[in-house]
Amino acid sequence: MSTSAQIFRQNATRWAGDVEHRHRIEKALRGYEIKRDEYKGRFQSWAEARRAAAAVKFEVINHLDKYLEQFVKNIEARGAKVFWASDAREAREYILQVARDNKAQFIIKSKSMTTEEIHLNEALQEAGFEVFESDLGEFIVQLREEPPYHIVFPAMHLTRGQISDVFQKKLQAEPVQDPEALTMIARRLMRQKFCRADMGISGVNFGVAETGMISITENEGNARLTTALPRIHVAVMGIEKLVRSMDDLALFLPMLATAGAGQHLTCYNTLYGGPRLAGESDGPVQFHLVLLDNGRTRILADSEQRDALHCIRCGACLNVCPIFRNIGGHAYGVTYQGPIGSVITPHLRGLLEYKHLPFASSLCGACTETCPVGIDLAHHLLQNRRNAVAQKPPLLDKILFFGFKLLMKKPWLYRFGMGMARLLQPLHELIKGTALDPMRPWTKTRQTPKFARKSFRAWWQARNPQS
Amino acid sequence: MKITLFIPCFIDQFYPEVGVSVVKVLEKLGHEVEYPAGQTCCGQPAFNSGLWAEAREVAAHALDVFEGADVIVTPSGSCGAMMRVFYPKLFEGTPRHQQACRLAAKVYEFSEFLVKKLGVTDIGASFSGRATFHDGCHGLREMGIRDEPRQLLKNVRGLELVELDPPEVCCGFGGTFAVKYPMISSAMGESKCEAVVATGADYLISLDSSCLMHIQGLLEKQGRKVRCLHLAEVLAANL
Amino acid sequence: MNGSREKILGCIREALKTAAHPPEPGGKPLPSPAPAPPQFRQWLPRVGESFEEQCQLFASNAAMLRAVFERVPSAAAAAEKINQIARAEQWEKIATHRHPLLDEVLQRVEVARLYTDNKYALEELEACPAAVTACEALVAQTGSVLVSSHACGGRAVSILPPHHLVVASASQMAPDLLSAFAIVRQKYEGHYPSMLSFITGPSRTGDIERILVLGAHGPKQLTIILVG
Repeated sequence: MSTSAQIFRQNATRWAGDVEHRHRIEKALRGYEIKRDEYKGRFQSWAEARRAAAAVKFEVINHLDKYLEQFVKNIEARGAKVFWASDAREAREYILQVARDNKAQFIIKSKSMTTEEIHLNEALQEAGFEVFESDLGEFIVQLREEPPYHIVFPAMHLTRGQISDVFQKKLQAEPVQDPEALTMIARRLMRQKFCRADMGISGVNFGVAETGMISITENEGNARLTTALPRIHVAVMGIEKLVRSMDDLALFLPMLATAGAGQHLTCYNTLYGGPRLAGESDGPVQFHLVLLDNGRTRILADSEQRDALHCIRCGACLNVCPIFRNIGGHAYGVTYQGPIGSVITPHLRGLLEYKHLPFASSLCGACTETCPVGIDLAHHLLQNRRNAVAQKPPLLDKILFFGFKLLMKKPWLYRFGMGMARLLQPLHELIKGTALDPMRPWTKTRQTPKFARKSFRAWWQARNPQS
Repeated sequence: MKITLFIPCFIDQFYPEVGVSVVKVLEKLGHEVEYPAGQTCCGQPAFNSGLWAEAREVAAHALDVFEGADVIVTPSGSCGAMMRVFYPKLFEGTPRHQQACRLAAKVYEFSEFLVKKLGVTDIGASFSGRATFHDGCHGLREMGIRDEPRQLLKNVRGLELVELDPPEVCCGFGGTFAVKYPMISSAMGESKCEAVVATGADYLISLDSSCLMHIQGLLEKQGRKVRCLHLAEVLAANL
Repeated sequence: MNGSREKILGCIREALKTAAHPPEPGGKPLPSPAPAPPQFRQWLPRVGESFEEQCQLFASNAAMLRAVFERVPSAAAAAEKINQIARAEQWEKIATHRHPLLDEVLQRVEVARLYTDNKYALEELEACPAAVTACEALVAQTGSVLVSSHACGGRAVSILPPHHLVVASASQMAPDLLSAFAIVRQKYEGHYPSMLSFITGPSRTGDIERILVLGAHGPKQLTIILVG
């Protein structure tokens, strides 16, 4: 078992046993579900909108080189500097260089999962830059020195008491617990930082190939501020995040908001076409776009799982996943949690190291059902399992299923094996639940079913002696 | 129409009354039922574990056993999904692919068969009590079965059906997942048990005995009195 | 300077040599070719055809978003409304920009102003309790206000002051996002502003226990005055 797998197992077990945490997450997500269903209902056809969105993404991903070239040409024409980063290290080094070249001491960030993915904050801080997360949820987890809990709702696991505690401890704030009062503390603090910052770093929700613009979706306004006030704007974008035209956003923005946040549209959806233009009174004078591969071309090369690149990072699959709801976001131990994380992490970071993620699923299929861009998530988990086994056959499973195969291919052996098991069941009763019990993973929390005195086939045989 | 039964291994061994009930219902409706004795398992445990070669061997045996069938009925959404949805994928690029597709087209889950193929929603069943219903995930999402069991249960005289809240949530069994990640599996099952108990129902009905095995296991360990029954048992109870 | 461009494009082209099967969400094949945007209208939420219907829809969206939406018959009436708010909130100075409709309205408004059309001091903007701006369009389907960095005073004016007040004319009501993009394309094709933003209600967050709080970083209050 890899180290990541061991850590995952420990964490998942611990979190799964935390009933209070489970109830809190379920309550939080119930609210989201009600709103999500209300806004899905407003669509004349959510099902068709979903197929359209999947079709647009399929078109873009399967002509990715063409759309990327168009996008880059258009955005460069508007004064943007584009850097193509094949991995996390290249991306980090470029951004560090931009910061150094511009003596950008003070850096403000809006929420970006790609910057989490490349561990940008740590690199900037180690190099002596001051970095502040401006999204409230990200700000809170940054203070608590923990990673985001959920790709859309970074602090959903915390109570107001916990947030108040960290504000008091790290900001010397007053001991208030009211969510509005806590938010205002953050607002006042951030306002000063926005005004002082030399550089703003953002993510990108969509890149628009037709016009050479990036689109950022948010509720708080912190991305608007991050990209309005500092003199340098750096945006980090996964290479797969393109749409064909501005008009595609008329479909994707409402779907992202509905599926991801249970809103018909988030508060700010902003298109940026580069640095400020001549004649504009404010805005950054430099705009850098970092295009990030970091393993995405590996997913592209897997024609079976290529649709995983449709992902718009809405988080809907996390929200419906019963595993996520029980173990929470931190147990995964990787940047991208939930079903999409379990599909792409083996590709991005190593199949054998992370194969435990696709195995930690009951394959219920709620993720596939909910994905607004039609990713076949549950089936990709099965494929990842198969690929992991093919790459490195697990010895114990191989032995067990060799036995299973023999038994199931030979009806007489099956009957004999089952007969034996029926006879041995009373013995099992003696060791059930103890360290000797081979069924302990089951019997620790559940009663075992009993072998019937007469199997179905025995009943049938008795009734139909001739067959 | 001759109906060929596929009785999953765990029903054969642990819950034969489910198979007996299926036979009872189909024969009451006037159909001839056959049960090829060579059947064993659909191969899903190996498939879900990523051991597709082993799964293929077991599935190939099933393909041979059921070759001559006109229509195959199974009281399991999980096994039904394996045969209908996953067999074609499992045999893709192999010589048996066509055979697998042919079989897939003939497979029905029991409630789906009654309602969609036979066009029957009222078989004259009666069962007294308050019950709730659990949708097994494979039957629900891979096979698209949602209304059929409810239509059948609506016509069971004396049965009061209450829906679970929240609906359509996985019970946590997931096959080998239940023993590979038992704590997560149990946590999910506990949430399901809470929802079941909250309905005040005396019975939990499902299309999948595998889910019921897991939920019943938890309920019994907790000392709860809710009884788990397969849909077929409810339909056949007083026929 | 541009990094691993050829390497990445090379990997992409190599990967795309193998065709992928499209997924089948809901068990149905995807439309092929991918739908053109005008088709989206059949599936997105319905919008009425008439101005009155669109206004109603905008109004109900605004109410749901906790934005204030007022219809007034004239620029003078708009000015009166703004004066009322200015007195109630005790505005000493507002941020604004040059624009025919705004100029007409604000000539009757007696509050000192900071114009953000050209270079301005950030501290001065930060000190303004309110900003009064024009917009590029209103979007009925979503209750949104579309602003740009070109015609609405720059990037910061509509996001920094705590009360953002928008003055729009009736002709600016667009039924949906597609229409708003059409307006933008017609006005700016070939020379788009560096920022276009759809503002949908006052700033908000649910990051603390999923409880809605307004005014997270952007304006806590959004007022939209529709003239005509």
